[in-house]
Amino acid sequence: MTVEKVILAIITTSPHKVAGGAPTFVCQTDEEMQRVAANLEAILDGIAHALSEDLLIIVKH
Amino acid sequence: MNEYTYPILFGMTVGLLTRLYLLKTDYRQYPTYLHGKIIHIALGFIASGLGTVAVPAIMEKEFTAITFLALAASQFRDVRNMERNTLNELDQYELVRRGKTYIEGIAIVFEGRNYLVIFASFVSTFAYLVGNIWTGLVAAIISFVVARKFMSGSRLGDIVDIEYVEPHFEGAGLYVDNIYIMNIGLKARQEEILRYGMGFILKPKNFNARSTIANLGQRQAILHDVSTALGVYRDSGTPALVPLAKRDLDDGRVGIFILPQEKDIEKAKAIIRNVPTLENAIRMPTKAEANKEGRPLR
Repeated sequence: MTVEKVILAIITTSPHKVAGGAPTFVCQTDEEMQRVAANLEAILDGIAHALSEDLLIIVKH
Repeated sequence: MNEYTYPILFGMTVGLLTRLYLLKTDYRQYPTYLHGKIIHIALGFIASGLGTVAVPAIMEKEFTAITFLALAASQFRDVRNMERNTLNELDQYELVRRGKTYIEGIAIVFEGRNYLVIFASFVSTFAYLVGNIWTGLVAAIISFVVARKFMSGSRLGDIVDIEYVEPHFEGAGLYVDNIYIMNIGLKARQEEILRYGMGFILKPKNFNARSTIANLGQRQAILHDVSTALGVYRDSGTPALVPLAKRDLDDGRVGIFILPQEKDIEKAKAIIRNVPTLENAIRMPTKAEANKEGRPLR
């Protein structure tokens, strides 16, 4: 089963900005956030989109 | 051997030659393999036979023989289905898809070409029987020219101006000129995209062209053709690296973002100019009654 057009994961350094449904990965630094997002992008076969400087989401299109 | 033997042989040869002439493998690489070609040559042979024997049948006052052609029509509709199904199946495994509009266009062409073969055979056999082999040859040449005219559709270069623009990022947003393409979150991906990406702006020459290039199938066809000819920097599991075409809602320009393996601006422009305008995408808003009067469309 593939889940498309859904936020599959949230990666952030500002955990107070997010809440709810999707798995959230809280990172300490920007580099860590980029690294985690790159891994998740490959694993989930989705695209990492930036909503702001400190908040990335993974969506499969 | 009877009086019809040579005309029939002549008509079938003309038909078969027409089919071979229309069946050339080009950059689209379809049909590629010998077996794919054999299917179409065999069907072309059947088509030329049907077109040819219709003439002597009518001359012998066997008018019911014309129902044969109805059989041919349903036969060649199946060709269209076959092509559509095959290409749809294969399309799932393309790195950059052809898209359904392009596939439908190809399928229609395969059906249409068989009718052109019937036409060529019919006309040249008829001319042979009415006159002699020379009138037959003249008719064959004319039908060749007609077939050629029907084969070649218009090209994208006829309806749009193409301009190269370096793609750039504003924050996470990827832009070609002022047209938003997509959001890329990862810094590493952004760098890759700037290194390998190319942007083109298609500026429609008139209002009809504006609607035609807005068609999603037409846009996908452009991306597919460019990616076929120049290669594509992409693999499964890298969905962020995807060629896209987006539209400027204000003036109907289309921004093309591609990731070619071979980064050559002039070649890419030439390829985009040569993309066929898909019959199913062509729109003619200026032909609408309401648009013919009053303020002209721009």
